[in-house]
Amino acid sequence: MTSPNRLNGGLIDRDQPLNFIFDGRQYSGFKGDTLASALLANNVRLMGRSFKYHRPRGPMTAGSEEPNALVELRTGARHEPNTRATTAELFEGLTAKSQNRWPSLKWDAMAINDRLSSFLTAGFYYKTFMWPTSFWEKVYEPIIRKAAGLGTLSHQPDPDNYDKGYLHCDVLIIGAGPAGLAAALTAGNSGASVILADEDYLLGGRLNSETHTIGDESGADWAAQTVAELQTMPNVRVMNRSTVIGSFDHGVYGVVERVSDHRPKPLTGKPRQILWRVYSKHAILSAGATERPIVFENNDRPGIMLASAMRSYANRWAVTPGKALAVFTNNDDGHKTAVDLTTLGVRVTVIDSRENAPSSGSYETIAGGRITNTAGRLGLTHVEVTTTSCTIRSLEVQGLGVSGGWNPNVQLTCHQRGRPQWDEALSAFVPGGVLPKGLVPAGAANGVFSTQWALRSGQQAATEVLGHLGKKSETIAFPEAEDAPAKIEPFWHVQGAKRAWVDQQNDVTAKDITLAHQENFVSVEHLKRYTTLGMATDQGKTSNIAGLAIMAEVSGKNIPEVGTTMFRPPYTPTAIGAFAGRSRDEHFRPVRKTPSHFWAEEQGAVFVEVGMWLRAQWFPRAGETHWRQSVDREVLQTRNSVGVCDVTTLGKIDVQGDDAAEFLNKVYCNGFAKLAVGKTRYGLMLREDGVAMDDGTAARLAEDHFVVTTTTANAIGVYRHMEFVRQCLFPDMNVQLISTTEAWAQYAVAGPNSRKLLQKIVDPEFPIDNEAFPFMACSEITVRGGLRARLFRISFSGELAYEIAVPTRYGDALMRCLMKEGEEFDVVPYGTEALGVMRIEKGHAAGNELNGTTTALNLGMGRMVSKKKDSIGSTLSEREGLNEDDALKLVGFKPVDLANPVPAGAHLMTKGSPVDAKHDQGYVTSACYSPNLGHHIGIGYLKSGDTRKGEIVRLVSPLTNVDHDVEVVSAHFIDPEGERLRA
Amino acid sequence: MRYSGFRVIKEALTGHRGWGPAWRDIDPKSSYDYIIIGGGGHGLATAYYLAKEFGKSRVAVLEKDWIGGGNVGRNTTIIRSNYLLDGNEPFYEFSLKLWEGLEQELNYNAMVSQRGILNLIHSDAQRDAFIRRGNAMILNGADAELLSTEQILKSYPFLNVDNARFPIMGGLAQHRGGTVRHDAVAWGYARGADQRGVDIIQNCEVTGFKIENGRCLGVDTTRGFIGAQKVGACVAGSSSRLMAKASMRLPIETHVLQAFVSEGIKPLLPGVITFGAGHFYCSQSDKGGLVFGGDIDGYNSYAQRGNLPVIEDVCEGGMAILPMLGRARLLRSWGGVMDMSMDGSPIIDRTHVDGLYFNGGWCYGGFKATPASGFAYAHLLATDTPHQTATAYRFDRFATGRMIDEKGMGNQPNLH
Amino acid sequence: MLINHPILGPRDASEFVYLGDANLIHRPDWQAEDALAQFTKYGYLRDNPAGEHRELWFHEQGDRSWLIVTRNTLTHEISKVEMARDVASAEGRSK
Repeated sequence: MTSPNRLNGGLIDRDQPLNFIFDGRQYSGFKGDTLASALLANNVRLMGRSFKYHRPRGPMTAGSEEPNALVELRTGARHEPNTRATTAELFEGLTAKSQNRWPSLKWDAMAINDRLSSFLTAGFYYKTFMWPTSFWEKVYEPIIRKAAGLGTLSHQPDPDNYDKGYLHCDVLIIGAGPAGLAAALTAGNSGASVILADEDYLLGGRLNSETHTIGDESGADWAAQTVAELQTMPNVRVMNRSTVIGSFDHGVYGVVERVSDHRPKPLTGKPRQILWRVYSKHAILSAGATERPIVFENNDRPGIMLASAMRSYANRWAVTPGKALAVFTNNDDGHKTAVDLTTLGVRVTVIDSRENAPSSGSYETIAGGRITNTAGRLGLTHVEVTTTSCTIRSLEVQGLGVSGGWNPNVQLTCHQRGRPQWDEALSAFVPGGVLPKGLVPAGAANGVFSTQWALRSGQQAATEVLGHLGKKSETIAFPEAEDAPAKIEPFWHVQGAKRAWVDQQNDVTAKDITLAHQENFVSVEHLKRYTTLGMATDQGKTSNIAGLAIMAEVSGKNIPEVGTTMFRPPYTPTAIGAFAGRSRDEHFRPVRKTPSHFWAEEQGAVFVEVGMWLRAQWFPRAGETHWRQSVDREVLQTRNSVGVCDVTTLGKIDVQGDDAAEFLNKVYCNGFAKLAVGKTRYGLMLREDGVAMDDGTAARLAEDHFVVTTTTANAIGVYRHMEFVRQCLFPDMNVQLISTTEAWAQYAVAGPNSRKLLQKIVDPEFPIDNEAFPFMACSEITVRGGLRARLFRISFSGELAYEIAVPTRYGDALMRCLMKEGEEFDVVPYGTEALGVMRIEKGHAAGNELNGTTTALNLGMGRMVSKKKDSIGSTLSEREGLNEDDALKLVGFKPVDLANPVPAGAHLMTKGSPVDAKHDQGYVTSACYSPNLGHHIGIGYLKSGDTRKGEIVRLVSPLTNVDHDVEVVSAHFIDPEGERLRA
Repeated sequence: MRYSGFRVIKEALTGHRGWGPAWRDIDPKSSYDYIIIGGGGHGLATAYYLAKEFGKSRVAVLEKDWIGGGNVGRNTTIIRSNYLLDGNEPFYEFSLKLWEGLEQELNYNAMVSQRGILNLIHSDAQRDAFIRRGNAMILNGADAELLSTEQILKSYPFLNVDNARFPIMGGLAQHRGGTVRHDAVAWGYARGADQRGVDIIQNCEVTGFKIENGRCLGVDTTRGFIGAQKVGACVAGSSSRLMAKASMRLPIETHVLQAFVSEGIKPLLPGVITFGAGHFYCSQSDKGGLVFGGDIDGYNSYAQRGNLPVIEDVCEGGMAILPMLGRARLLRSWGGVMDMSMDGSPIIDRTHVDGLYFNGGWCYGGFKATPASGFAYAHLLATDTPHQTATAYRFDRFATGRMIDEKGMGNQPNLH
Repeated sequence: MLINHPILGPRDASEFVYLGDANLIHRPDWQAEDALAQFTKYGYLRDNPAGEHRELWFHEQGDRSWLIVTRNTLTHEISKVEMARDVASAEGRSK
């Protein structure tokens, strides 16, 4: 296959041809090509369509700032929209498709918008689509939305992996052009730990795109050798394909390494990308500069690109957009493109806006000329040049390079809200204001544009940083290099242009900016937001300055007075997958498994997520077809004989020290000082604002030793809170805390036969009959002939019950043992569902009741808040709003028609009152079917509920179409006198 | 200048030379009846309603920078009224009703788009809480619907139900919720207020209050002293800094919230979706960008920028429920500073200084409140009585124990 | 952000949990005559400065110590890190 636009030379490997497909057609390129360079080599200039007007577009740049040549890369689940053809490395079999066009790139029906452009100016939508009233959402917006967006997502899960890593270094060097390489050599020689990161796959920056020499070598050769030398240094980590996306506090940088994007798919075991969090002591920003365009009539046709990009394509990729080219420049740099392309045998005409433009013998220069129009629907065919004498010339060209000067890549200097400063001599913003701490800009990123001075600048920056680190480096004598002064005469746009593009992707024209000014959207942020200038995927890299310049002109200000918008991370758009890493799908959060998990799995348990934990929800048995059958059975069997439930997930906190009791007196609203050794007490913990925070038990194992339990959900927060109380409020108390949630496996053994079962495993020297070990007793014991354990006679179910704890590694064995020894009692394992049923039957509060807005008073425990002592929350719990006469009280609900459910989340209304928020009397917090009572029950909060027992109230849940009567009853449905648990 | 179909066509055909400024740039007068400090969404809406609903003519909005530059210009554009508590729900429902008529009210298309908001449910306890909330919404006259997973998958077929760490067990939908073009809200109110004679004064920072004998007589600004009968502070994010000039300490901390937008992609998400087991919510803009966010960074900050761990956390949430997002790119992040109040709810109230009023504490939910906040604040300023939907937003609710704590997190602002 | 833990050296801020204003160690006397007013102020009112801020962080994924960090809320720069217990103890807060 011929490649008509391929030149000689370049940094491509002609021995490695690669086939690829674009929009269904097969082409070939070489290793080292990007998709854009390979397409240009095949004389394909049209690669995309713009966002709003669907104008035909080709590549404007040769780098990551590309606004136009965005394609959909790959197929299937790896399909990836908005991929810059200018950075997509070619690989064998690459498949790409153009986007945002229908039915084809050449014939795009939506290009009708271009014809209607006089209606579709900046902000047009704010003024219209309002009539008739209902049409905006029904007609107009659906049409607009349908047209929105650029590429498509696959709707399939991303099949690739992403990793995260952490790196530490003395110096992070951002960008491996001449300044970065010089800095890396200098810092590397000193022995400092260095990371050199560059977004490109080939390090060297502009050295690979220019014909400059360094000493006797080409810049590219020098760069390659320098990189090779750096790679031999053990203290230097060289990272290509690695974009520094953001500068964060305290020297932390985000770096995304594209490990596999240059391959058809990642190698086995390799991630697609890695997000590195780099902790640096210092950083050197040597990220170079980005060329900016000049704005003129129809400046957006395929074939029109930045002059530096044209030079990159020619020198690095040996490609030209055509055989006859023009360059439009306001500075000397544009002439380099003419020189280089002419040398490669391409005819070039230079239009230089400066009347004193330099002239050359090898190409024609039109000094003081400007381009006033272009032609070519799907690709540039002609440019119209107006000379100083106002004569108009038409040049037949296939490519136009535009050079409006260079903008230092200052973005990372602004990520911590620094603002760049305007440099009049360079007509550009350079790093200024408050830079991120430890960051030193160098080279073109700091406005130092010649190669010679970039090398020196990099070395200087490294020397400065090494000074801070107390390290020394010998001064390297770099060979002579290109040292052309940057001569520029600001020229931003050609006057009188009607349709001249400033932001090419978003189709913001010079006229839009004038209109924004006319409507008082003058502040730079208003300009941006009103016109969408700079909000395209290039983040304004190719558009912002020209936009500011035009606004400055029409508002009679200078550019720095108009201002610059904020630069924010990421530096270039970054795959969302890279930020998520492995924390996705089922690995979104870690899974915590209980000690009996594997045993429960063997039993076929159904599991449920409780925070990070997986807990057995119920244990289905053969023949059970509905979860209720399993749960009812577990409840009944427990209440009739004995059941076992893994309650390890409850938080456990060991409290030890002389002041342990006094400390618990502070954190619990009820008293603990007088609790006898060997006894357990229910404790209610308040937040300082007087609202209930958590409840649990505290068991006194010794004078100076308590074991506190918390709810599963609050285990971490309660421990944190207790440490706060200990360290910050009562620092001189002699008390120590440690979380032992993971250290002990704990099982509830409940039911009338629970004692008999435990007696089979508890060693006989520890009697547990009702007298020796009454309700609320606790003790350190041994089981099974000497295994240390803890036994608590506490009950959540309302039955005679115990909780027994053993070191976690014996948890599985204990469960199996309890099951085996319990066979004679027909022991049943029960899950969280049965646990929940039994605690609702007993009227015990849990998470649904302790919802962060309820007080001890609401819970019916108002009298527990001791007034005789200071405890967290006791003072603020006295506020009037928390003690109103008609305060919510926890009560039970029983359906009047016993066939009806009592759904949680339903609201309660007084009989006969209107059903609305004003007459709301409360709500149901927890509900279940009670197999013991044979009907549904619920508990919840009702205004003055404690005095309304026996009243019939109306339960409504309009959301779920429920409306019937329930009777207010005690929340203690089962054994209200507590005889069972004391048995 | 009134916008109309005729006008749009005429201007298109005549080169758009006839469009005038959306609002006038004006020098401050020596005194006003009402000064609103803060040209954000709430401040501009307050001025608009003061002029329109309460017939006040001598009104100025003082903005230290450019109007709409605070949180109305940096949010995720969501509107909804899916609140639980009686102190909140009527207010947000009032706001949603005002949104529904906003385009016609302002003659400005802020692109109110009622595409629906969906809160996913991942546990039984969460379902119970959402049922309670959905019922509270309906009892307050709002709309709510409980959806099954199957119903959700019809609109969001790509949701991760197969490999989810936390199962999707349904969702609570509010179909009247949606999104609004956020900047346009500020501009629309500014234009409407300007047309009714309100002076909008940009680049005019208040540097102090003139308070004599317990009465506020006006404000010192970077453009001189401006007298006023009544001064209304409306600078959420900077409330503590401003009110410190009147020797007030507030039940507020300032925190940074980051938000994110992806590159433009073809229509994908029909509405707003929130992931209840992680910190992630997402919608798609009319331009195609996925607009998403999550938790606040969690530490006091006025820096309008955040850090990497929160970006990662938010994207993890996204990849948990929408694992196709891996191949979409995050285009831009931004940070806003917000008034995080002690119970997660706002304050619209008088202060201990006569003639000085306060509106703030919006946490990260202020955008959706813009119309009602403006209306209620105008009501308070004009009549000295709270609007009927905003009676609970008092300063003294912390002293009396009448907090409005939707999340039940207590007096810890970064948990609301 | 990095927090330079007085014992453990610099640690990533994501290992810590933030609470807020370090004045939260100044818990009022419950027996004071105006205890309710004092507790209301303590619980609900904050200086919230734009600038230097003393604040409490808990090293949850570390040694579980509470730290008082002096950090600038405009720049996020940290100028001082202390053990909260030492500070509280030095201020004579105890049982």
